[in-house]
Parts: sequence; structure tokens; C-alpha cells
Amino acid sequence: MSALPTNYLTPTGREETWRFTPLKRIAGLHDPATSVADRISISLVGANRPGFKVETSPANELPPKSATDDAVTQRIRASVSKVTHLVIEKESVIQEPIFLKRSAGSEKEFSRTVITAGAHSKATVVVENEGSATIGEEIEIRVDSGANLTFISLQEWSANSVHLGRHHAIVGRDASFNSITITVGGSLVRLLPTVEYSDQGGSAELLGLYFATGGQHLEHRVHVEHGIPNGKSRVTYKGILAGAEARTIWIGDVFIRGNAEGTDTYELNKNLLLTDGARADSVPNLEIETGQIVGAGHASTTGRFDDEQLFYLMSRGIAMADARRLVIRGFFGEIVSKIGIESVEERLMTRIDNQLAKVGE
Amino acid sequence: MSKLVIKNLHVGVETESGITEILRGVDLTINSGEVHAIMGPNGSGKSTLAYSIAGHPKYTITSGSVTLDGADVLEMSVDERAKAGLFLAMQYPVEVPGVSVANFLRTAATALRGEAPKVRTWVGEVKDAMSKLAMDPAFSERSVNEGFSGGEKKRHEILQMELLKPKIAILDETDSGLDVDALRIVSEGVNRVKAEQNLGIMLITHYTRILRYIKPDFVHVFAGGKIVEEGGPELADRLEEKGYAEYVKA
Repeated sequence: MSALPTNYLTPTGREETWRFTPLKRIAGLHDPATSVADRISISLVGANRPGFKVETSPANELPPKSATDDAVTQRIRASVSKVTHLVIEKESVIQEPIFLKRSAGSEKEFSRTVITAGAHSKATVVVENEGSATIGEEIEIRVDSGANLTFISLQEWSANSVHLGRHHAIVGRDASFNSITITVGGSLVRLLPTVEYSDQGGSAELLGLYFATGGQHLEHRVHVEHGIPNGKSRVTYKGILAGAEARTIWIGDVFIRGNAEGTDTYELNKNLLLTDGARADSVPNLEIETGQIVGAGHASTTGRFDDEQLFYLMSRGIAMADARRLVIRGFFGEIVSKIGIESVEERLMTRIDNQLAKVGE
Repeated sequence: MSKLVIKNLHVGVETESGITEILRGVDLTINSGEVHAIMGPNGSGKSTLAYSIAGHPKYTITSGSVTLDGADVLEMSVDERAKAGLFLAMQYPVEVPGVSVANFLRTAATALRGEAPKVRTWVGEVKDAMSKLAMDPAFSERSVNEGFSGGEKKRHEILQMELLKPKIAILDETDSGLDVDALRIVSEGVNRVKAEQNLGIMLITHYTRILRYIKPDFVHVFAGGKIVEEGGPELADRLEEKGYAEYVKA
């Protein structure tokens, strides 16, 4: 248990970063008055293989390399005594994906994980979040020079779970960070997929997909910090909402600082509302402090079915209900198919189909 | 033999100030095996005719009738019209992200045939149809119309026509945006389907160019929301020479 004194302010819900989040539903994870267990919740599926290993380090030996103003992350950092560390050795190319599974306990808990992708390594890491949990967690991902890391984070929680997470990548020189964040479960999920660059020539692709049904609150607060010249970023998040009180929030903060010349960025958020009573907030926010860039853009759409798509499919004999299903599956499939791991893709599409069947699609 | 009969068709679109009429009494009969060229200036209502027969929700039928072999087309939903044997090759085919061409074609064929086509013969059928239209087999895996060039979209429309085997096809400016090679390939596809399936065709076009490849039996000049003149192929030659000026003034 941890009740360390802290010097940060407890969120009240009035702050810009917390104004969308129903604080009553996060079980006090943000509040120093609430005690939260310090527990290692993540483990490697299978054994270490040549080229990488998972180890546990004392927290003081593996301090954060990134700064954060997120109150929950600060609490986590102050609380945990040990950190899980996935080390991908430099120059190693890991063909098969590395699966990390989270097994939460019955208590409220905090955990910190560091993933280090060594220079010129290439790997895919999948973090699977399932079952019941009330958890605050941080994963700091260090993508060293020339490394190519695909980071897949799956939120397939049970309906009662609360998950607050910060997944922060530090992208090194000429390195590539490709992330896919899928959130289909949980009562309340609030994720901070964030990126910064530690050197020039880094590239980040952030793909995301969320599906909220009745009563779920799914929040993704993307932040890409271009503080180094010649960085590239692409952000595409898609969401579907169905059912009363289904709620999603997508924030896309992209900052291009004055010295980040040659930046190339584009962010897109698309939301598809299937029923009345659901609400999607989409807030792309691009701030540019230099004109010497390659490109910067953003787009956001939130709407119902595209009548033209339905007309096109129906004009080929496909009935309305089947046409809708095709469009919805296509909407999801665009992101899910990027995962490239057949068993995971099938599992997700099955879950999505089941959830759709429940809401009568 | 099939027969599409359009009688005194009036069609409008809803605007803030009520319904604005676009089609003002169209009469046209298309039999199997016939090619009817509908030619007219931009804005004359040609595409409205195509989309209202296919059942696009944007258009309101204010009077008149459309029947296919005696059945009331206007009473049918959009998919029922396709099942009855109508096909619309669109001028601007719609992108459907995340839905592969293969999945789309198979779903459509299943809907129209009433049962899923047998996997083995179906794959061969699609491949064969694609190769006739000089389409790369990799096309099957792409999302419907997404990132397709103009020519690819039009080939994809004709591919669907070839596989879905309609009785009457409406080709809405299928020639627009095609270079000579693509125009020839697409036209050959249309002619092939016509020969194999005795297809009746409504060929909507602004230009006479495509009529060198697809020979019309009848040419109808469309202006101001209706047919203003009818004739044989020689009428197209006259339009080629003189344009639409005389019809636009009138």
C-alpha cells in the first residue's frame, strides 16, 4: 500500500484535461486519499526468447524519461516500487509478436512498465487487457535509434473495469513507432497515447479504434509533441457508438514547436453514431509555432450512416441490414486489419459482432 | 425478354421552398438487347433519370410510372430493384472503406442469386471477369473504390455488371474521365455482357465518343428534364457536328 505524500493537486473535474471524465467513476485512482496497491500486473506470455527479455527492476533504477502533468501518472510514479521492463536487444529482429498479458487483482492497483526497443531492433509488442480491474498504469516506450516497434494495446475489459493509462513513446533518431490502440471493453477507460521525439527523423503512426455501447465511457487523449526537427506523425482514430449513454472522447493534441522544422503531421478522427442517446466528443487541436514544415493537418467527422454508401451497396441487391453490417465491419476492419495477427483480429471482430448484435445492429 | 417502361415520369428534389422539379415527363421503353443512348447537355437531368430509376432517396417521384416486365419498380426498395434485374453503373462510384472488393462482390452475388456462390467456381468466375477487363487480381483485396483511379472505378462497375447479370443496365456517363484504352476495355466489357445476356442498356453520355464502341439502336436527346428528340444512330452524328446549342436555347 502506498500513501506517499504528494505535491500535486488532486483533479476536481474542472481542469481542461479532466472536464470530460466522470471522476465519480474512477474509484479514487486520482485521489491521494484513496489507497491503491503497488502491484506488478503485467507478465510475458510464454518464455523469454532470443533477442528480448522481461525483467523486474527496482523503480529507482528505472526512472521515467518523460515528463508528465497527468495527476494519475504522477501518483503511479510516486507509488510503485518495482517496474516491469521489456528489453528488446539492439539489432535483434523478433519475428513473432511478443504478448504481454495483464492480470489484475481484486484491489485498486497501480503499475509501471517500460519497453525499450534497442537500436535497429524490430518487434511487435501486444499488451492484452482483459477481465475485471481497477487500474492505473503507465507504459513508457523507448524506441532507440533506427528501431522499428509496433505497439498494440488491446482493451478487452469486462464491463465493470476502470482503466486509466498513459502509453508514452519516446521516438529516437530515424526510429519508427507504430501503435494500434483498440478499446472495446470496460466501464470507464481513459488512455493517454502520447509521443515525443528525442532526435531527428523519427516517425510515429498512432491508430486507434473504440466501440462504446450503453453506459461505457471511453476516452482517448492523444498528444504528439513535435519538439525536434524532421519528425513525422500520423494519427487515425475511429469510433463507433451505440446505445443510451454510450460516451466517447477523443482529444488530438499535436504541437509543433518553434524549432521543429520539417515536421510532417496529419491527424484524423471519425465517429459513427449508430443510435440516439450516444455522444461523441472530438477535439483535434493543432498548434504550429513554425512555418517551416512539410505539412500539418487535421480532420474530424462525427455522423450517422453515409446514405451514399448504403445506396451503393443496396443498388447491388444487398439488403439494408446487410449493407449496414458491411459498412460497420468495414469501418472497424480498416483499423483491425492493421494488427496483422490473425487470431487477434478474429477475436476482436467476433467481440465487435457480438456487441453489435446486442445493440440490435 | 425483358422490358423497362418509363411513362410520363416526373421527379423532383426537396428544397427549402418545396419540391423543385427536374424531370418533366420522361417516356422511354427499353427492351432486352437494345442500346438506348441518352444524350444531353450538363444539367439536363440525365443522371436524375438514372438515380431515380435505381431508387436514390434524394429524389421524389411526383408522377408517372416505371415498370420492369410489368412489376412496379417505384414501389420497390433499392435492393429489390437490383433483384428485379436493374443495374446502375454510377458516374461517381462510392468508396466503402474497409470492405474489400472480394467481400462486396460475393455479398452482392449471394443477395442476387439467393444463395452463396460455390467458392470454387466463384473465385474462377471473378478472376476470369477481372482478366477480361484487364484488372489486376490484387484488386480483390482493396477496399471498394477507395483510392481507385477514374478508370479503375469504371472497370469495377462493369465488373459488377458482368458478375451480377442484370436484365437492364443504366450506364451513367461511364465514359467520363476515361482515356482511349480504358474506354475501349470498358466498352468491350459492356458489349460482351450485352451479347452474352441479351442485356438492355440505357447509355447516358455527354459525348458521342463512346458510341463508336457501343453502337446505339436508338438515340434520345435529353434537355430540360425530358426527351426532346429521338432517332437512330445518325442523330448522334448530327450532335457530334452541331452540339446541343439548338436544344439548350429551346
